[in-house]
Amino acid sequence: MNGWAPARLGRLGSRTLVAVERPTPALEFPPEDRPVGRRAILGMLGVGGLGILWGAKVQSGLDQFLRPVTLNDQTGLTSFLPSSERFRIYSVTGTLPSRTDAEYRLTVDGAVDRTVELDLTDLRDRLPQTDLTRDFQCVTGWRVEDVPWRGVKLADLLDDAGVSEAATHVRFHSFDGVYTETLTMEQATRDDVLVAHHMLGDPVTREHGGPVRLYVAPMYGYKSLKWLDRIEVATALDAPTDPGYWENLGYDTDAWVGDSNGLSDTPTA
Amino acid sequence: MTAPIVTADHPGDAERVVRFDRAERWLHWTNATLFLILLATGMTLYVPALSSLVGRRVLLKDTHVISGILLPVPLLLAYAGSWRAALRRDVRRLSRWSVDDRRWITSLGRKGRASMGKFNAGQKVNAIFVAGCIPVLLATGSIMKWFTPFPLAWRTGATFVHDWLALTLVVVISAHILKALAEPVALRAMVRGTVPRRHAERHHPRWAAELDAELDAEERHGTEARN
Repeated sequence: MNGWAPARLGRLGSRTLVAVERPTPALEFPPEDRPVGRRAILGMLGVGGLGILWGAKVQSGLDQFLRPVTLNDQTGLTSFLPSSERFRIYSVTGTLPSRTDAEYRLTVDGAVDRTVELDLTDLRDRLPQTDLTRDFQCVTGWRVEDVPWRGVKLADLLDDAGVSEAATHVRFHSFDGVYTETLTMEQATRDDVLVAHHMLGDPVTREHGGPVRLYVAPMYGYKSLKWLDRIEVATALDAPTDPGYWENLGYDTDAWVGDSNGLSDTPTA
Repeated sequence: MTAPIVTADHPGDAERVVRFDRAERWLHWTNATLFLILLATGMTLYVPALSSLVGRRVLLKDTHVISGILLPVPLLLAYAGSWRAALRRDVRRLSRWSVDDRRWITSLGRKGRASMGKFNAGQKVNAIFVAGCIPVLLATGSIMKWFTPFPLAWRTGATFVHDWLALTLVVVISAHILKALAEPVALRAMVRGTVPRRHAERHHPRWAAELDAELDAEERHGTEARN
């Protein structure tokens, strides 16, 4: 056969099955039909491009517009709406780790004069409290403004334990068993680094890393380790866990907001 | 025109015509698989309740990125060989918008059926929208992943576009799946490739006429070849 030829698939009933697989008579459309496909797709690309350029402004306007709704939302449905100013819950293990207030203990050990073990009452009531209201900036782009934090200064805890002269770093362990972070001694003793037990006016929830998490105000969120249960004073940064979980995946070790990871966000400290 | 009543045991139903050939079905299902993986991982990455439930952020993110990069591959492959003929014809059909399409869509499917071609207006909108989503999601997703060369506001903008478009896509795909489940004949056309001729005549009369013309031409051709 020459020209076009539909492939026969076989016979069903009285007629032949025909698959239109090879060149067949040209499609003819009524002249009033309009070819819209390519235009529509180019249009979507155009709108997408404008969205990349101006979306940041539109999103912040939209967030403001939606705020009365999201703040009073009892259904949780608005959590499905995109927003740039809402916490997103990141965890690195299969299920969220869990520890009750009663069984929670925080250990400070390593290159210290004496190992200290604290429970939640120590952290909430016995030790001096610090309140801090700062933005939380994620390295992936979202930022929650003016988050109130409450907790104990890391510097005070380290003082209590008595840091050895040889100490260079502080390593943080999460009770999820995987997540670790580090700070240099200089970074760790800043006034805006908290071992936090309250955020947003309430005890830190399990999703946010409760009952106790770290809050490193001047750095990207991945430094603010969740589910903190051990603070280890170190005399060196050792492989393979150091300098930390996200650092090993390519993020900067010194995670200053606006001055690391190739980003230029407004600093949070 | 009053359409004939079609029942499953109508004798005419035994006669089936090909609606989607193998290449088209392969494209549809590989695309569908990738889209579902992307939507599932994407939603888990950003709905806090789901993120808390599933965890494993790194694995989810890698799966999402790899599936995203693969997304245009089935379309490119489907266009890469001689098997593309039926697809190309259907793409031309899908991208044409007729006066009756507008009537059909504004009347929610009650009007404009008499001159319906192979695809109704809903199927056209679905196909064009999903096709348009691929490059836009790919471009915005790439800016989110490889953000360093771009101004910071672009990443926020790209996230904005990516999130809202994906949300719209969830709605469109859900509607698409619900329609398919409500129309087993249409679903079967995408699974097995064929529909009863009566279905074509009733729902897509202009397409049925095209098929008749092709069949006639083939029979003529076959006769000539035998002579």
